[in-house]
Amino acid sequence: MNDLSPCQRELRVALVGNPNSGKTALFNALTGSRQRVANYPGVTVERKEGAVVTPSGRRVRLLDLPGTYSLRARSPDEAVTRDVVLGHQAGEAMPDLLVCVLDATNPRLALRLVLELKRTGRPLLLALNMFDIARHRGLEIDLDRLSAELGVPVVPSVAVRRGGTKALLARLDALAAAAPPAEAAAPTHSWSPPDAAELRAMQREADRILAATVREPQRPDTLTSRLDTVLLHPVAGLLILLAVLFLMFQAVFSWAQPPMELIEGAFDALGDAMDALLPATGALGLLRSFLHDGLISGVGSVLVFLPQILILFLFILLLEDFGYMARAAFLMDRIMGGAGLHGRAFIPLLSSFACAIPGIMATRVIDSRRDRLATILVAPLMTCSARIPVYTLIIGAFIPDRKVWGWVGLQGLVMFGLYAAGIASALGMSFVFKRLLWRRTPTEPFMLELPDYKLPRARNILLGLWQRAKAFLRRAGTIILAMMMVVWFLSSVPRPPEGATQPAIDYSFAAMIGRAVEPVLAPVGFNWEISMALIPGMAAREVAVASLGTVYAVGNAGEEDRTELGQALAGKWSLATALAFLVWYIFAPQCVATLGVIRRETGSRAWVLLTFGYMLALAYLGAFVTFQTASALGAG
Amino acid sequence: MSATIELPLASATTLPVRDLGAAPLGFRGRIRGIRAPANGVLPVAELERRLLELGFVEGARVEILHQGLFGRDPIAVRVDGATIALRRREAGAILVDALD
Repeated sequence: MNDLSPCQRELRVALVGNPNSGKTALFNALTGSRQRVANYPGVTVERKEGAVVTPSGRRVRLLDLPGTYSLRARSPDEAVTRDVVLGHQAGEAMPDLLVCVLDATNPRLALRLVLELKRTGRPLLLALNMFDIARHRGLEIDLDRLSAELGVPVVPSVAVRRGGTKALLARLDALAAAAPPAEAAAPTHSWSPPDAAELRAMQREADRILAATVREPQRPDTLTSRLDTVLLHPVAGLLILLAVLFLMFQAVFSWAQPPMELIEGAFDALGDAMDALLPATGALGLLRSFLHDGLISGVGSVLVFLPQILILFLFILLLEDFGYMARAAFLMDRIMGGAGLHGRAFIPLLSSFACAIPGIMATRVIDSRRDRLATILVAPLMTCSARIPVYTLIIGAFIPDRKVWGWVGLQGLVMFGLYAAGIASALGMSFVFKRLLWRRTPTEPFMLELPDYKLPRARNILLGLWQRAKAFLRRAGTIILAMMMVVWFLSSVPRPPEGATQPAIDYSFAAMIGRAVEPVLAPVGFNWEISMALIPGMAAREVAVASLGTVYAVGNAGEEDRTELGQALAGKWSLATALAFLVWYIFAPQCVATLGVIRRETGSRAWVLLTFGYMLALAYLGAFVTFQTASALGAG
Repeated sequence: MSATIELPLASATTLPVRDLGAAPLGFRGRIRGIRAPANGVLPVAELERRLLELGFVEGARVEILHQGLFGRDPIAVRVDGATIALRRREAGAILVDALD
């Protein structure tokens, strides 16, 4: 280290702070789009790093650590913060400097964290963020006195305004010139988590410093309390939450439609272009099938959900930045708690109506691992949009289009019933898991800060959306693609012999498997064609529709052919079989992409197997009961 | 858990000490102490530390701002400038003196 001049040595800085301190907004302001989002090895905690160049030209590597109230870590996220601060995080160099980000409008809890950080002996800088709002409210902070009382340099910062980080960057420069390398500054004493008495003493000290350096606001924020009178009202609050959700749903399903059709069209065109290039038979025919049916259709069937995922995350990010998410958790806590779920599980489960993948990704907001796992396990039971084509096909073919009770459409009623069954089974299963898996571990208490409302900033929202899109695309390009390949292989190899009369899939491994498992699926009313269609259906649930089209020789079951396919099915299946098929799809773990995300987010194969196993068991049981009951009632 | 606890009072007030978990909406008070129940969900010391980390220390002013629809639970409590949501069950560990 010594042979490098101070200017060449890259400064490693870590941002620490309470949740809602505006830490991530400050990180975004400092690094812009020069960010790398990855995971810490072995845990699913997001690691965000970015590069900053100070006015003097020094390169700074900035690490955004998960928000915490204390170094006494309870969740995996908080453990990462603690370990990085103490230099114990494997594969992570000890930061040269900690920047503690504090919301200047709400400094009390953060000041206690500053005192706790000071005890580690690490070089520390305090950034008073949202300084503009504090000043606007007439909150007077004596910066020099605060710095003297804490023994820590203090700078004001405004993450959301151009030039708002100038003071912070200048101070980084000054500190970097003076700072010894992290190793030299490492504390010699060992750190231990504070006990209650120490926490008490630290908060008292923080309160004393606060009283000495901060004068109460002359114009306190009344917007938050006025809004909360309505938004947290026991009845009106719940109704507004419902309305917000309704709007979100509408947006996910209607706004996403045009771009989804565009993506679908583009992939169809790409596939057709491929067909024009290569012959349909021989070795090149296999290549063509691989490129078209495996690669292009496989990637296309996942990418088509990108618009829905982006719209969903747009809502989630907006509501999160606004400060509403914590309120939604507050309103839903009791309702979710009845099923043994955390209030915060609400949004991930809601997201799963569009697709379980973003839903499972969104469980990261739940800090208790057990509550998070419970949510991940049941998220695939929520009726995702890939089930809709399957449901509409079967309902259209088998459920008569007539009114019940004079005004309710029977088809719509069945559709509603399928959704309701999904929700009920998700809540029921989480209750069961709580009893079976975590009987001894007590329920995590629900304790959550309700931050002041803030106007969301376009820049933060766009950066967040970009990161979600990248994460989804990376997944679609790697693990999901690999799974698609396997599914394609099973349904396309071996190739049909010369002069074959049946559709190609009849000669494939999928057909062999379908015939092999037919005896097992016979009690639920599935013939070998259905058994086989379940295999390509693993790629994405709606692919099963296309496969049924192929096997019943209705050609490529596009939109206009679906009625035709429906008629074919109505002629070949009994009503009992159709109902059993619907029930199967409420539960069946028919989506390798979801299983892949569960593997990634839980970091363990065991949870994937458990999810697959319990859903398959439920599907079999549900379809069995439906088929047998319907048959007994004469629908066989 | 929700019973009113009579403790000798140091101050001149004659208002009873109660726990925050049983207090009604709009209640204003000052924290007298944290007493986590031994039969609670979390170990006593753990609940106490979590409450302390969220600013529930002796002397802090509290006010119940909002409550949920079902069982008046959870509650949103203003604690010296910050608003914390928690369930009445955990709030029961916070002993408070009422202020007028």
